[in-house]
Amino acid sequence: MRGRPHLYVSYESEQSLLPTWTQRVMVGLLVFLLVLIPLQGGIEIGDRLYQPVGFLGDNAWLKILSRVAIFGIGALGLNILTGLAGQVSLGHAFFMGIGAYTAAVLGGEVGKAHWGLGLPIWIWLPAAGLVAALVGMLVAPTAVKVRGLYLAIVTLGLVFIGEHLFRNLTSITGGSQSGRKFPSLDFRLWKEEEPFLAFTSDGPMWPVFNWLDWLFGPWINFPAEMSEEAKTYLALAALLVVVVVLAKNLQRTRIGRAFMALRDRDIAAEVMGVPDAKTKFEAFALSSFYAGIAGALLVAFIGRAIPEQFNLLLSVQFVVIVLIGGAGTVAGTLMGSVFVFVFPRLVQDFSGWLTETVESGGVIGSIADVFVSTGLDDPGLVSTLEGVSPGLNVSQLNVVIYGLLIIGFLIFEPLGLYGIWLRVRNYWKGWPFSY
Amino acid sequence: MSHLLEFKDIGLAFKGVKALDGVSFHVDEGELFAIIGPNGAGKTSTFNCLNGVYKPQQGDIVWEGESILGMRPDRIAERGIARTFQNIELFAHMNVLENISLGRHVRTNVGWLAGSVWLGKAKREEMANRAKVEDIIDLLEIEQWRKYPVGLLPYGVQKRVELGRALAMEPKLLLLDEPVAGMNLEETEDMARFILDIREELGIAMILVEHDMGLVMDIADRIMVLDFGTPIATGVPVDIQRNPEVIKAYLGQEA
Ligand SMILES: Nc1ncnc2c1ncn2[C@@H]1O[C@H](COP(=O)(O)OP(=O)(O)OP(=O)(O)O)[C@@H](O)[C@H]1O
Ligand SMILES: [Mg+2]
Repeated sequence: MRGRPHLYVSYESEQSLLPTWTQRVMVGLLVFLLVLIPLQGGIEIGDRLYQPVGFLGDNAWLKILSRVAIFGIGALGLNILTGLAGQVSLGHAFFMGIGAYTAAVLGGEVGKAHWGLGLPIWIWLPAAGLVAALVGMLVAPTAVKVRGLYLAIVTLGLVFIGEHLFRNLTSITGGSQSGRKFPSLDFRLWKEEEPFLAFTSDGPMWPVFNWLDWLFGPWINFPAEMSEEAKTYLALAALLVVVVVLAKNLQRTRIGRAFMALRDRDIAAEVMGVPDAKTKFEAFALSSFYAGIAGALLVAFIGRAIPEQFNLLLSVQFVVIVLIGGAGTVAGTLMGSVFVFVFPRLVQDFSGWLTETVESGGVIGSIADVFVSTGLDDPGLVSTLEGVSPGLNVSQLNVVIYGLLIIGFLIFEPLGLYGIWLRVRNYWKGWPFSY
Repeated sequence: MSHLLEFKDIGLAFKGVKALDGVSFHVDEGELFAIIGPNGAGKTSTFNCLNGVYKPQQGDIVWEGESILGMRPDRIAERGIARTFQNIELFAHMNVLENISLGRHVRTNVGWLAGSVWLGKAKREEMANRAKVEDIIDLLEIEQWRKYPVGLLPYGVQKRVELGRALAMEPKLLLLDEPVAGMNLEETEDMARFILDIREELGIAMILVEHDMGLVMDIADRIMVLDFGTPIATGVPVDIQRNPEVIKAYLGQEA
C-alpha cells in the first residue's frame, strides 16, 4: 500500500467526504484551530502559556469571524442556486428578510410593541428557513420560466417588493425609524428565564471545554471564562460546519449533479432525464431555506435591524462572495466569505500602517506619501482625516479595491479564489517537479 | 407484432420551411437501424422529435404501443430513450464520473433532503450507482480519465464519455448522432467495436445517424435514406446500395 497512496479498496472509501488521509488530517486540524481561536486566555501546557491563534482571539476579530460564519451559511445557499444550478439571483436579501422577521415574530419578546411569541431558538431558527423556503416556492414557478438577465430582474423586483412590505408591516418589523429587537442566540429549552446555553453573556466555559479539561486536564489548562463574542462565534461556527456538510453532500449526490447539469447544458440535461422546471424549483426552495436561516442568524447576531437592511446591497454582497469564491464549490464559497469580511479589516490596518509610515519618513515613507494624504492640499489616494482631504477614505478605498478585484477575477480567474487554491495545491503536489 | 418504436408520417416545419415531411419508419427490439442522408436532410431533427426537443406539427410517435408525441424530454428519457449528440453536449465543468452518473438520474430517486444528510438510502444508492458507472467506464475503456473535467479531454474520449452517459440510463433505445464524425481510423474502429459490444452484451436497440458509409453498411440491420426531409428508401444494406434513387441523391444528377 505504501507506494500507492491513491489505491482505493472500495468505492465507499473513495466516495466519502474526505477520501484521503491527508485531507482528513488537514480538515481535522482546521476544525481544531477554529475551536481554539476563542480561547482568549491561551492554554497552559506544562507551565507555559500558549496563545493558539494570537490576534484572531480578540473580541473584534471574533465578531468578524461570526459574520463570516453567518454570511458563509447564506452564501452556501446562494451557491446552490447560482453556483450549482446556474441561476443568478439578486433576491437573496429578500429571503433573508423573510427569515429574519419569521424569527422575530416567533422568538421576539412577548408583550412589547412588536409581535413576539417568545419561543426558543430551536423553533424559530428552523422555522425561519422553512418560511423562507415556502415563500421561495411561491416565487419559483415564475422564476423558473425566465433565465439569465430576466431572472436577475425578476429577483431584483423581489428585493424592492420585500423592502416595501417590510417597511409597512410595522407591527412586525418596527418600520424604518427604529426597527425592532430580535431574539438572541441563547438556547432555551422552552421559555425559562435562565438560558440552557447562554451565548450572549460573558461567563464560564461551556461543558465541551469542561470535557476537554477533564480529558487533558493533567497536561493542559483551559481558561475558565469565555467572552460573549467567543461563545457566539463558537455557536455560529458549529452551525456553519453543519451547513457545510449538508451542502457538500448535496453536491455529490443525485440532485446536486442535476443542478450542475442544468447549469452546463440545460437541453442535454433534459434529454438525459432531468426535469427542468422541477429541478430549478428545488434549487430555488433550497437556496431560500439557507437564506432564511442566515437572515435569522444575522439579526439575532446584531440584535436590532431596520427593513432597509434587506436591500439590494446585501444581495450583491452574496453574489460577490459566490463569484470571487469560485462559483460552484463549497470551499470556494467559504473562501469568498472569509475574504469579503477579513479583507476590509486588513485594508483598514494597511492604511493605518501607511499613515504611520508616512509620518515616520524615509524611503518607504515617501513611496507611501503617494497613497496617503494628510491634509487639504495633499493629494494622496487615502486620507487619514475623513472628509477633510481630497483623497479617498478607508471605506471608499475598500469599494475601489473590491471593484477592481471583481473585474480582475472575472477576467483572469473565473474559478475565483478556489481556482487559485487549486493551482497552489497542484504546484505543491508536483513539488519538486512543479512547473 | 407491434414494434418498439413507430414513427408515423411525421411532419416538422420551422417558420414554414419543412425540415421533415411524411417521415415514417419503425425500429424493433435489439435492432440496429441507420438513418443516412446528405447534410440538412433532417436526421438530427428526427432525433429531436423523438426526444421531445422539437414538437412535430403532423404525425405520431408511438413508443411501446403508446404515443409519446408532445411529451417532455425528461419523461421520454424516463421511458428508455437515450441519445448522444452530433456536437458533443457534455456537462463541461463536471468530471467523467459525474457526467456518467448524471445519466443515472432516471434510474435513481434519492431527493435533495436524503442526499444532503447522506444517510442510509442515499449512501446505498450512491454506492450502487457508482458500481454501475464503473461497469460502463470499464466497457468504454476510459478508466484513466475518471476524475478529469470533460472539457479538458480529447475529442475522441469526449465522444466515448457521451456514449457512456447515454448507456448509464439503461435505455431500451439508443440514438447515436454521428458517433464517429471527426475521428481517425483507429478511433472509428474502437467506436464501432463499442457499438457492437453494446448490441451484443446489452441487447439495446439503436438508431445510428452516420456519414461514414463503410461503417453503416457494415453494422446496420436496416437503413433509411432521407433527402430534404423525405424518406427515399428504407431497407437492408445491400438493397440500399443498389437503389437508383439513393445513388442519385448522393451523387447528384449525373448518376
Ligand atoms: N432549430 C431549428 N430552427 C430552424 N431550422 C432548423 C432547426 N433545426 C433544423 N433546422 C433545419 O432543418 C433542416 C434539417 O436539419 P438537420 O439538422 O435535421 O439536418 P441533418 O440531416 O442532421 O444534417 P447534418 O448531416 O448536417 O447533421 C435543415 O434545413 C436545418 O436548417
Ligand atoms: Mg445532424
